[in-house]
Amino acid sequence: MTAIVLFMAGIAAIAGWWLSQQRLAAKPWLEEGAIGDFPGGSSTSLPAAKIGLGVFLAVVGSLFALFVSAYSMRMQLIDWRSLPVPGLLWFNTGVLVVSSGALQWAQVSARRNDSENVLTGLLAGGVSAVVFLIGQLLVWQQLNTRGYFLAANPANAFFYLITAIHGLHLLGGLVALGRTIVKAWRGVEIPRLRLSVELCAMYWHFLLLVWLILLALLTGWADDFVTICRQLLT
Amino acid sequence: MVDVPSDVLAGIPPAEVGEVDLYHPRSWWTRYVFSQDAKIIAVQYAMTAMAIGMVALVLSWLMRLQLGFPGTFSFIDPSQYLQFITMHGMIMVIYLLTALFLGGFGNYLIPLMVGARDMVFPYANMLSYWIYLLAVLVLVATFFVPGGPTGAGWTLYPPQAILSGSPGQEAGIIMMLVSLILFIIGFTMGGLNYVVTVLQGRTRGMTLMRLPLTVWGIFTATVMALLAFPALFVASVMMLFDRLLGTSFFMPTLVEMGQLGKYGGGSPLLFQHLFWFFGHPEVYIVALPAFGIVSDLISTHARKNIFGYRMMVWAIVGIGAMSFVVWAHHMYVSGMNPKFGFFFATTTLIIAIPTAIKVYNWILTLWRGDIHLTVPMLFALAFIITFVNGGLTGLFLGNVVVDVPLSDTMFVVAHFHMVMGVAPIMVVFGAIYHWYPKVTGRMLNETLGRFHFWVTFLGAYAIFFPMHYLGLLGVPRRYHDIGGTAFVPASAHDLNAFMSIAALIVGFAQLVFVFNMIRSLSKGEDAGGNPWNATTLEWQTPQTPPAHGNWGKELPVVYRWAYDYSVPGAARDFIPQNEPPASLTPKGAHP
Repeated sequence: MTAIVLFMAGIAAIAGWWLSQQRLAAKPWLEEGAIGDFPGGSSTSLPAAKIGLGVFLAVVGSLFALFVSAYSMRMQLIDWRSLPVPGLLWFNTGVLVVSSGALQWAQVSARRNDSENVLTGLLAGGVSAVVFLIGQLLVWQQLNTRGYFLAANPANAFFYLITAIHGLHLLGGLVALGRTIVKAWRGVEIPRLRLSVELCAMYWHFLLLVWLILLALLTGWADDFVTICRQLLT
Repeated sequence: MVDVPSDVLAGIPPAEVGEVDLYHPRSWWTRYVFSQDAKIIAVQYAMTAMAIGMVALVLSWLMRLQLGFPGTFSFIDPSQYLQFITMHGMIMVIYLLTALFLGGFGNYLIPLMVGARDMVFPYANMLSYWIYLLAVLVLVATFFVPGGPTGAGWTLYPPQAILSGSPGQEAGIIMMLVSLILFIIGFTMGGLNYVVTVLQGRTRGMTLMRLPLTVWGIFTATVMALLAFPALFVASVMMLFDRLLGTSFFMPTLVEMGQLGKYGGGSPLLFQHLFWFFGHPEVYIVALPAFGIVSDLISTHARKNIFGYRMMVWAIVGIGAMSFVVWAHHMYVSGMNPKFGFFFATTTLIIAIPTAIKVYNWILTLWRGDIHLTVPMLFALAFIITFVNGGLTGLFLGNVVVDVPLSDTMFVVAHFHMVMGVAPIMVVFGAIYHWYPKVTGRMLNETLGRFHFWVTFLGAYAIFFPMHYLGLLGVPRRYHDIGGTAFVPASAHDLNAFMSIAALIVGFAQLVFVFNMIRSLSKGEDAGGNPWNATTLEWQTPQTPPAHGNWGKELPVVYRWAYDYSVPGAARDFIPQNEPPASLTPKGAHP
């Protein structure tokens, strides 16, 4: 459960930092008066949707941290047989990086009011995300034909489960991205589109980060990393 | 008035919200059924939760009938008994209490108390309810599938949860897990709303430290639930894989019905870690809203400001954070390194400190207050008593050496029913008597309310107080029939019969409550806008019940904290949060 406890510690640090800005030591019973008489404690100027997505990412982060925790606990039991990493996985990772980059480009273009590039960026991001998902399905197929069935070993089961959950999150993101693309296609002005583009980019970057962590875990790098850390500490 | 620096005003919503920003229903269906108004969604959540709660109540009757009069009711066989236990626990903890506090009270009170027109994402809020309803329907459907609902206990521990021999192994367990997954998805949609509305939807002047404690409690509980429910989600998905696809996440190698099973190598302990990583915060997910609401009830009905508001806020936040590092105290008997046991016992006992601070502050709020023994106040007082009772036995069970012998006895059942069964339900009732006038515009009948209170409170004590004694005798929990055991005296059976009769009476008393709620809808006394003379914003709405959009043309402005009761020198014994201070009132205007 180390992963999830560390994740929660991170969340607690963020929450603690935010609370420290909120004048929790104020004495509200003495502070009668109009707004602005007392500094701090008001909402931020960020749009609600962005805060909402941030909170949602914390939830998704908690979900994946729990999968990582379960993975590392189950891994220590004797029946664990790691499975080989299909080469296609590297290609998929590259495609996901491209997808994230394209959405970043769309976001930058949106800030510059460049509607043509926004649409191109969004489409490129969407298409490469779809390619990534198809690639993941092919990886499954390759593993299956090579005899690494879901129920044969917990390592296989975790591989299929974790990639499926990640893929489903990307699929959900594609719904939002699809709606944004339709809006951009119909020529909605950039200022009304900017928030949606930013939200998509934020979600994509997060899922890329999650994927890189999962990749490190599934390929066994994470173990090496933990071992090195342990050696450094001892 | 001083000049307001622009950065202070940056995040504050404008006084008037344009028509476009508020969703307007166009038909009867979108107004009352697929409504996006948090108040309607709140009522939908509350009605669904209470309806399924009645099912769980009937299940508890059936269990008590079997325990009180073993052998008399031939239609309750051991499998069914286990199914009743499981469904009773699951429904009460998740589908009733969690849904009612967060989905019901959260939806109704957050926008009104922070001075918002609605939740920030009304559409997701609506979806949240409908997914919750679907989860409930899947749960109810398990009663009618072959094999019936799962009888694995509400903790659903593998391996027995999915092995043949456990009741409901065929379809019941699958549908239970699906229902939980749906619940979590639905809850996440609602939870995002509650959190972001508190963060971003507050009206001008509503700083965090001016929030009523109800909002603090619901807010913190929602944050915890958002982070803790994924653990149940992960556990449910993995168990579903084990059951349906034959993986071995949790399932060890074992011989089932004389044959070597298909599973191998899995870890049941892994499930327990995941389950309790959700399960312990869940206790506080139910308790923190109750803490918050009861603070407001006590302050309002004792006409006194809450004692130690800052401490109350810090304690809520502290309990919320601490509750994530105590989960393994549910696993003392599962086998663990004694050092871990020591660690978790220590953290468990540390949580008692902020909790005790809250109890002291409630009592000090009552101290020399102008206590009105209204029905909500009676329930609030009953909450303090039962909560202290359950909390003290929690200190027993938090210690490894005491927990190990008591763990599988009725003592634990008595403990958790006191602390997270009866105590939060007392708050639910108090809160309904308190806010019903705002929701419907009419008062609940006082006489029926008092009858309901006394029967419920004394009856609940009659059920659960003797249960501690049975536990100390060593009467085991989860047993269909304890039979003739040397260490259980005959008097214990008499006590069981007594508790069962009390349970039947308490159950019937709830019908009086339901009758009261239905009758008062049309025949109740007219409540007016603020029948309790309370200070918080929900009582200051222009209409009662509050109209769509809550606040008429302009949002309220908040000038003070939520607890200005019996302020020396004030004209009345309460000053609403949106009443400007005398220094800001122009001469000749409203006093």
